[in-house]
Amino acid sequence: MREAINYVVFGWYPYLCLTVFLLGSLARFDREQYTWRSGSSQMLRKRQLSWGSNLFHVGILIIFAGHFVGLLTPIWIFDGLGISHEFKQMMAIVVGGIAGVACFVGMTLLVHRRLFDSRIRKTSSFGDIAVLLMLYVQLTLGLATIVVSLDHLDGHEMVRFMTWAQGILTLQPGVSSLIADAHPIFKAHLFLGMTVFLVFPFTRLVHVWSAPVWYLGRRGYQVVRSRSGANGHRPAMPRPRQQPAE
Amino acid sequence: MSHFLDRLTFFNRVVDEFSNGHGVVTQEDRRWEDGYRKRWQHDKIVRSTHGANCTGSCSWKIYVKGGIVTWETQQTDYPRTRPELPNHEPRGCARGASYSWYLYSGNRVKYPLVRSRLLKLWRDARASRTPVAAWTSIVSDPEKRASYTKKRGHGGFVRATWDEVNEIIAAANAYTVKTHGPDRIAGFSPIPAMSMVSYAAGARYLSLLGGVCLSFYDWYCDLPPASPQTWGEQTDVPESADWYNSGFLILWGSNVPQTRTPDAHFYTEARYRGAKSVVICPDYSEASKFGDMWISVKQGTDAALAMAMGHVILREFHIDRQATYFRDYVRQYTDMPMLVRLVKDNKGKLVPERLVRASDFAGGLGETNNPEWKTVGYDETSGEIVVPSGSVGFRWGEKGKWNLEEKDANGRDTKLLLTLAEARDDLVDVAFPYFGNIEHDHFTGTDHPSVLERRVPVKKVQLADGEALVATVYDLFVANYGIDRGFGGAHVTADYNENVPYTPAWAETITGVPRDQIITVAREFARNAEKTRGRSMVIIGAAMNHWYHMDMNYRGVINMLVMCGCIGQSGGGWSHYVGQEKLRPQSGWTPLAFGLDWGRPPRQQNATSFFYAHTDQWRYETLDVKEILSPTAPPGPWDGAIIDYNVRAERMGWLPSAPQLEQNPLSIAAKAASNGQDVKDYVPQALLSGELKLSCEDPDNPKNWPRNMFVWRSNLLGSSGKGHEYFLKHLLGTSHGVLGKDLGQDGRHKPLEVAWHDDAPEGKLDLLVTLDFRMSTTCVYSDIVLPTATWYEKNDLNTSDMHPFIHPLTAAVDPVWGAKSDWEIYKGIAKAFSEVAPEVLGVEKDVVLTPIMHDTAGEIAQALDVKDWKRGEVALIPGKTMPQITVIERDYPNIYKRFTSLGPLMDKLGNGGKGMAWNTQHEVEFLRHLNGVVTEPGPTKGLARIDTDIDAAEVLLTLAPETNGEVAVKAWASLGDFTGLDHTHLAIPKEDEKIRFRDVVAQPRKIISSPIWSGLESEKVCYNACYTNVHELIPWRTLTGRQQLYQDHLWMRAFGEGFCVYRPPIDTKTVQPVLDRKPNGHTPVVLNFITPHQKWGIHSTYTDNLLMLTLSRGGPIVWISEVDAKKGGIVDNDWIEAFNSNGALVARAVVSQRVKEGMCMMYHAQEKIVNVPGSEQTKQRGGIHNSVTRAVLKPTHMIGGYAQQSYGFNYYGTVGSNRDEFVAVRKMAEIDWLDTPTADQPSALPKIPTAEAAE
Repeated sequence: MREAINYVVFGWYPYLCLTVFLLGSLARFDREQYTWRSGSSQMLRKRQLSWGSNLFHVGILIIFAGHFVGLLTPIWIFDGLGISHEFKQMMAIVVGGIAGVACFVGMTLLVHRRLFDSRIRKTSSFGDIAVLLMLYVQLTLGLATIVVSLDHLDGHEMVRFMTWAQGILTLQPGVSSLIADAHPIFKAHLFLGMTVFLVFPFTRLVHVWSAPVWYLGRRGYQVVRSRSGANGHRPAMPRPRQQPAE
Repeated sequence: MSHFLDRLTFFNRVVDEFSNGHGVVTQEDRRWEDGYRKRWQHDKIVRSTHGANCTGSCSWKIYVKGGIVTWETQQTDYPRTRPELPNHEPRGCARGASYSWYLYSGNRVKYPLVRSRLLKLWRDARASRTPVAAWTSIVSDPEKRASYTKKRGHGGFVRATWDEVNEIIAAANAYTVKTHGPDRIAGFSPIPAMSMVSYAAGARYLSLLGGVCLSFYDWYCDLPPASPQTWGEQTDVPESADWYNSGFLILWGSNVPQTRTPDAHFYTEARYRGAKSVVICPDYSEASKFGDMWISVKQGTDAALAMAMGHVILREFHIDRQATYFRDYVRQYTDMPMLVRLVKDNKGKLVPERLVRASDFAGGLGETNNPEWKTVGYDETSGEIVVPSGSVGFRWGEKGKWNLEEKDANGRDTKLLLTLAEARDDLVDVAFPYFGNIEHDHFTGTDHPSVLERRVPVKKVQLADGEALVATVYDLFVANYGIDRGFGGAHVTADYNENVPYTPAWAETITGVPRDQIITVAREFARNAEKTRGRSMVIIGAAMNHWYHMDMNYRGVINMLVMCGCIGQSGGGWSHYVGQEKLRPQSGWTPLAFGLDWGRPPRQQNATSFFYAHTDQWRYETLDVKEILSPTAPPGPWDGAIIDYNVRAERMGWLPSAPQLEQNPLSIAAKAASNGQDVKDYVPQALLSGELKLSCEDPDNPKNWPRNMFVWRSNLLGSSGKGHEYFLKHLLGTSHGVLGKDLGQDGRHKPLEVAWHDDAPEGKLDLLVTLDFRMSTTCVYSDIVLPTATWYEKNDLNTSDMHPFIHPLTAAVDPVWGAKSDWEIYKGIAKAFSEVAPEVLGVEKDVVLTPIMHDTAGEIAQALDVKDWKRGEVALIPGKTMPQITVIERDYPNIYKRFTSLGPLMDKLGNGGKGMAWNTQHEVEFLRHLNGVVTEPGPTKGLARIDTDIDAAEVLLTLAPETNGEVAVKAWASLGDFTGLDHTHLAIPKEDEKIRFRDVVAQPRKIISSPIWSGLESEKVCYNACYTNVHELIPWRTLTGRQQLYQDHLWMRAFGEGFCVYRPPIDTKTVQPVLDRKPNGHTPVVLNFITPHQKWGIHSTYTDNLLMLTLSRGGPIVWISEVDAKKGGIVDNDWIEAFNSNGALVARAVVSQRVKEGMCMMYHAQEKIVNVPGSEQTKQRGGIHNSVTRAVLKPTHMIGGYAQQSYGFNYYGTVGSNRDEFVAVRKMAEIDWLDTPTADQPSALPKIPTAEAAE
């Protein structure tokens, strides 16, 4: 029974979450363009927001990048680069810890603001509050794992999680068994992490997809959107003859 | 396709570059742009306007999208003006632009609401009784009745169906008609011009019932009694475009950019054109910055300022140098050359008495028709006394001589003598009253004697009853101003710097305005008028008329305008813009509104006297008649209290009375018949014997209470409820904040003519029904609230005095939720009434008493003296010494049929207005074709239908000369019969023009010139009041037929207002008794309570619109000066309480340099329902700006039966002044929001009874 639950939670559930995450985002993007937004409450009240939001975002972006690189980079690349498992584990604890604390402070401010500022509270949806609290719990769990990790600084647990994550993405059967013996805090963290993906398309988190990173590499300061746009919803206009650019 | 797939174009997104790669051309999805495009797309645009009393009548485009009204913008398609005159548009203001908020706001009344306690009683009673019996069982049981009346204003509304509420209302009305009489059903709705059909709906229902329509203009105190006194016309003013023709504009207490926003552009444009402008107001208003000069006058002392300016004008343009234009003008168009008899008063001093009449001479100077109504003057050429044509005696009983040609009754040319200075027999000292020495805690006076004797040239003439001294109005008028003409004597001066009433130096001490400013303004005002033949104008706002002695403020200004020949000249004149009173198609509307097609006359009542009596404000009267009586008063019964004068006026036929008699008027005809007498013989005799009693003599007797009341298009209890707390206490009988004691408790003099009950009644009304689209203060206190259509949900008409167009309201969407238009609501009530009535009513004979009406032949009733039948001084003659008596047949079971068809009297009696009459058969026939005829069998078969609001609009448009050229020609021809002159040339070019409802929907239409109004709308002139009097020689509808500057009625003389004088504000004595009540540790500051019009409300919308409130402070505010704030320890935005013995209100303080020390300003029409905590003084919710006011009446406004001083609905009568009031302003220590439920919550409602049970 224990095994079966482990299999469902760490073998099947990831695919459910990923599927809902991707298809859900796609459907929402196509059908509900006007809901595709971050839902900022800055207009309503600035108080606590600039510290809260900046600390939270900087922290969470570092943590996200750490998880992304740390979990999904094949272990042979680290080995090839000469990065030891112990060092990687320490890096994860130190960088993740600092970013985590920053994020925690930021989120504490945001949670307080959302729940106790009557104006913000009144204008919040259930989803707004739920996703914030979910992330808050997830972050707390993440920080709690540091304590557990200090017991195995050799990084073998970390490698197991990497193998599991990569196994899931590469459709390896049976990887769930790797998690079976992990500390419950890790299990809870993993489960909640996957759940965040599950609820992602139904919340304001969708704005993550539209983080304006393209802006950094944009070309041209004046953008002329041609009338015969890529979509075919209006009859294509004959394109004007190309003018030589001076 | 898919947004996502469209995005998968990363590598070919950029298709081109330009400007060296700084610009790129992309090919990306652009559908997001449609969101912005659709933001401003809409399904349709409908023309409508805002039926607020802002005088705006602005044309608006109402946008509808998906069945929802989304926004509105200003229309810009007004008909053009003339070359060189700016166009009218754009019109509109921020208040109007935010109106669409109301349609879907939380404050919208969505369904019929009933007080749950009442509904419970009704359903219980109705389960076993017929409707009228059910109502009887409720209101005849004092406990049941009190169970809901005492809860008024405490919430507890539940939703009901239209059928159910209509039945309750109908049953209540039928019970009241049967038990007490139809005159116990009253209706209040203001300003028909805001939405004529809506007004007409309720008024028609009430009038068919025999109910009472209450006036509004006088009650709002926007009615300037000086206007009828001077011109026999109520508020005829220039349109705003005429400002542009002016050379000198004084804004006197008017804040044009703030409260006349749509018209303000003409003011700016006039300034660009080169007009000079002076702004006179105590505070630094928005208008002040427009002026070349801002004169900060002490509030309430405007008359002193005007008198001083008049002093300068007389001195420099009439006496030292005689400006020809001015002199000719006053000779032909004013009463100045008329003769006044001088008599000795009881102290042996000579005082001006009444104008000399032809009847005073032996043989009546050859006049046989109305010689006692024909005034006389000296002819300069012959030196003889002549009877100039045009006085009111020529108007009635003969034809062709009522005009202003410089001729006498025999057609001989005359040139009237203005002054007797040359031809005098003697110089005598004449006594003038002086009131400027009355002591007042807050107003500076001077120590001149109460009687000022000044020397006047006189002639000795032989009258029928002996030799008499006579003087011209002109000589008395000049003497009254304290002008030294070299005749010697006291109290006159030739020096502006001498402190003699009414010099600039004198005015400086009273008004605080430097004498140089007074002299400069007066001089330039007159000089401009002389050079331009009268193009000097005074624009007046609501402020000056709200003082107790408003007549003096106004007559002071009117005198200036008349002295300078400005009245009736383009670009000149008196521009009193208060309330949207100009109902341009009035004479077409009157028959529709008051059911004149079924019965005449209607019951109409002056609201001020009505509310003064029935809210028992008279029981708290602090003003003693002696305080306002003139020191030169002729002998007379000047005893008693203010209400006694009102009673005398009612019984002498001067003012109307509702209810009229203690007895049910439906019972009187039968009584007379059983006595074998005619009603007209029976009533006077029964009154004399005491068998019949006038209601006004005992307003607190339950027999004389008003029982049912309808309020629609109004916030009667809120913004219009002067003495708000007295309304709550006595009329409604609910919790209230009255802090003072009544006369009985205080042991002061009680009235002589009115019965006093030690226990004042609380809760006179059985039923209060309010129709509104928003939950106003009035709705909150009502028993039944009916959801009405907003201004974007009904078809109606709207006109203004600010522009010459007739404008529609059109239904952009159907009324939402359960709402209906006013027309449909009253139609529904009429239908229910017709079904319910047969239980107790059939065809009944109703005896109607009406006062002696202005513009009727009866207006010349009491020529020389005041005689009271009750004192046995004169016999009772209906329509002459007492009210007129008429018997009208009411067909109660057929009220609905009558309501929805045009009755037969239009065919039989024709139509008319302002004394004229014309045949209207052709129009009625036309309406049969246009609206169709009633085909259902019954008494209305074959008559023109009036089913819908548009049908109703077509009726009034067809019948009115302003919108039907053919009628205009008939009306001018009718006037020509009176004047003996041909006026039809003014309308013949437009004879075939007939404006219909759909025409004005397509574009606002200019009205057609008609004799109902005194201005012309043509290609040559802008609408300007009195223009036809001056240019067509049509007399003013006054005693002399001229602009009347001397008021010679006995009561006018008794109260010292024969000539204009300065009178300081009265002392209402309301602050001292409560100043130390319930101390809270903060110091109260005593301030004058001023209620001007505001920026964030009324004038297009009310003060509960959140869009507007967001731009202000979000709730009630009171402005105070920095100095006074300091005294009270108040800082900006503090909660403060203002209180006096009338009640208390709470608001936030706005501390501003704008405000003059000694006064506070609380913008009018702030609501009690938004952001108002409880009062520390009354423990009631907040109060409203009217909580600290109480109406005080003035006897001179009650005069009747005397030419221009005869009653007319919204024309003359008592006015509800409130600006003399002071309040204690105190910082609040505790803010209690009173937001806990009351202890006694009602039990659940029974189910609606089934049909069987109801049988």
